[in-house]
Amino acid sequence: MSVWDELTGQTEAIEVFRAAAASAAALDPADNAMTHSWLITGPPGSGRSNLAFAFATALLSTDPDGDDATRRQVEARSHPDLAVLTTERVIITIDEVRSLVSSSQFSPSVARYRVMVIEDADRMTERTSNLLLKALEEPPPRTVWILCAPSEADLIPTIRSRVRSVRLRVPAVAEVARLIERRDGVGPELALRAARESQSHIGMAHRLATNDDARRRREQTLRTALGIRTVTDAVLAAATLLELAGEDAKAITEQRDAEEREQALRSLGVDAGGTIPPALRSQLKALEEDQKRRATRSLRDGIDRIMVDLQSLYRDVLLVQLGASVDLVNLSLDEELRRAAASSRPEHTLAVLDAIATARRRIEGNVAPALALEAMLVAVTKGEPA
Amino acid sequence: MAARTSARGGAKASVAIPQLDWSKIRPAPVVLVSGTENFLADRAIRMLREVLKLEDPSLEVSDIDAAAYAPGELLTVASPSLFGEPRLIRATGVEKCTDAFIAEVLSYLEAPADGTYLVLRHGGGMRGKKLLDAIRGGAGGGIEVVCTELKKETDKVDFAVAEFRSAGRKATAGAVRALVSAFSDDVAELAAACQQLISDSSGDVTEATVEKYYSGRVETTAFAVADVAIAGRHGEALVMLRHALASGADPVPIVAAFAMKVRTMAKVAGSRGPSGQLASQLGMAPWQIDRAKRDLQGWSGAGLGRCIEVLAETDAAVKGAERDPVFALERMVGVIASRGASRIE
Repeated sequence: MSVWDELTGQTEAIEVFRAAAASAAALDPADNAMTHSWLITGPPGSGRSNLAFAFATALLSTDPDGDDATRRQVEARSHPDLAVLTTERVIITIDEVRSLVSSSQFSPSVARYRVMVIEDADRMTERTSNLLLKALEEPPPRTVWILCAPSEADLIPTIRSRVRSVRLRVPAVAEVARLIERRDGVGPELALRAARESQSHIGMAHRLATNDDARRRREQTLRTALGIRTVTDAVLAAATLLELAGEDAKAITEQRDAEEREQALRSLGVDAGGTIPPALRSQLKALEEDQKRRATRSLRDGIDRIMVDLQSLYRDVLLVQLGASVDLVNLSLDEELRRAAASSRPEHTLAVLDAIATARRRIEGNVAPALALEAMLVAVTKGEPA
Repeated sequence: MAARTSARGGAKASVAIPQLDWSKIRPAPVVLVSGTENFLADRAIRMLREVLKLEDPSLEVSDIDAAAYAPGELLTVASPSLFGEPRLIRATGVEKCTDAFIAEVLSYLEAPADGTYLVLRHGGGMRGKKLLDAIRGGAGGGIEVVCTELKKETDKVDFAVAEFRSAGRKATAGAVRALVSAFSDDVAELAAACQQLISDSSGDVTEATVEKYYSGRVETTAFAVADVAIAGRHGEALVMLRHALASGADPVPIVAAFAMKVRTMAKVAGSRGPSGQLASQLGMAPWQIDRAKRDLQGWSGAGLGRCIEVLAETDAAVKGAERDPVFALERMVGVIASRGASRIE
């Protein structure tokens, strides 16, 4: 079994990386398939980081298809020659990158290469990115950098010009459905629906297929949006959506927060339920702050998911209005979709799509989420005949 | 030392020592200056020092930072000197004091040194409660000077009147009112303004005097601006907005205040029913609902919608999407004052 088997719908990209790994293993100077800095771009959920780790495994093993021992080490992120920078906060800090850059100077210990992976390279600020330039351009002979980002435009030009870029495409719905069906063991119908509703985002499809609550929240989001008639509805709906996003975010982080805290207490030698000595309070405080930053990111991601869902909804409405013969995303709401399509005009639907895009941009710019959502949903009310 | 003997005779209740207003501070072996208003506390301590200095000009003043207290410090400064001058020890930051400080002050309280005045400044909070309880319980024969924040308008008026009176000047009621409304945020600023009027003007302080020195200065809050704008008084709202900005309000919370009001109005606009029922339904207080209902007169649904859109746009603008946050605020006030009917570009 090769490391490339688990990846879905990215045959072209896999070919590029497999050739690179093969050339790296052969050490043939005439073969240009391998280089020292890579950038993997592709839409969220297309498997950027999975591909990055598959490539890392191939480089760290002697075989371009990866051997089992290395794969397990990479999966546990414990391989001595693999360094991973990923973040669960809003940005990657400059100190994290600084320590990564200095560790990139070491030569590999057991494998042929030292592999540095930055999973969310788009979450680096410009100052942080600049720190990477030198390391990316001329790494030591056996260091390989792999960056992942949604698109090339997310990185500054000076980084773009120093990496070889590989683009991933959106996997087809059927491919995602097959993967979900095989991996999560759900029925073909549910797998197909999850794949469709997640718009081929593999991680989201997995969540929708295996988590009833997530599915329920998604449907509630869409029904709330379809029920908006007046400005009052819009404001109340914005509150509902915010609450749903919060629930969604909490479902992801809450359990982990509690586990982490318990683990930290145990490693500090404090009994469960015991009082925390003042000298240790600062450590716990640091942990709590970390968790809070993660919660901020998580809430933002939750709101963004809602926006993506709403975008898919109005895309469907527009498709019905224009009579296009493209597959709908939200087939389960077919009847409501048709009713909504009949009661408004395509211009209005386009305006709503624009409003959703504006709201996403505003939330990125730190506008209060409630306000951005309200303004977005107010746009929905405008198409209603007065 | 009369104060000391009389204080010692106090009862052993939970607060067995006299609790005085800041202006009534008097020498005592232990003076606890508590409360959150730093300005008044500083003043009280300064007054105490002046009184003591007047009694005996050879007064020796030493300061202790309780937050960085090292064992033995208090003993060093409180032990009698060769010539037996009176001593004033000012300990600041007792609300953040070290454990050693508590222990040593407690043992000092059992036998306060003669001719030594220990002032403890406690800025509020739970830290050092044991020490406070001991002093309040009468240990060391101290007094407590309470410096609470002047929250109410009448307290501030009283404060300003007292300022003028202590300087031997008269101020008309109108003048004091004008001063207090101009400096409602900070007692220190109010006091400084009073002092300036006392030293710069002669005769009685009248409204005309205040007008001459501080004309046009009105401290206002974002909510007050929002109220006026929502009522449709455009010009007045712009003036108040400028006042709010000039007296230190930040554009971001101003937008948030507007958004909160408009959001409440939008929620109430499409809901029918008695206020009490609506209040529980929307999770707000009944007075908020009544207020929103009153505010809603003359508004339309479409107008509210447009205002919400402009609010979101302004929020982005004040957070860096546009170059001039103040202009964005003014544009927003324009749209809201016209009830969303027109846009001033």
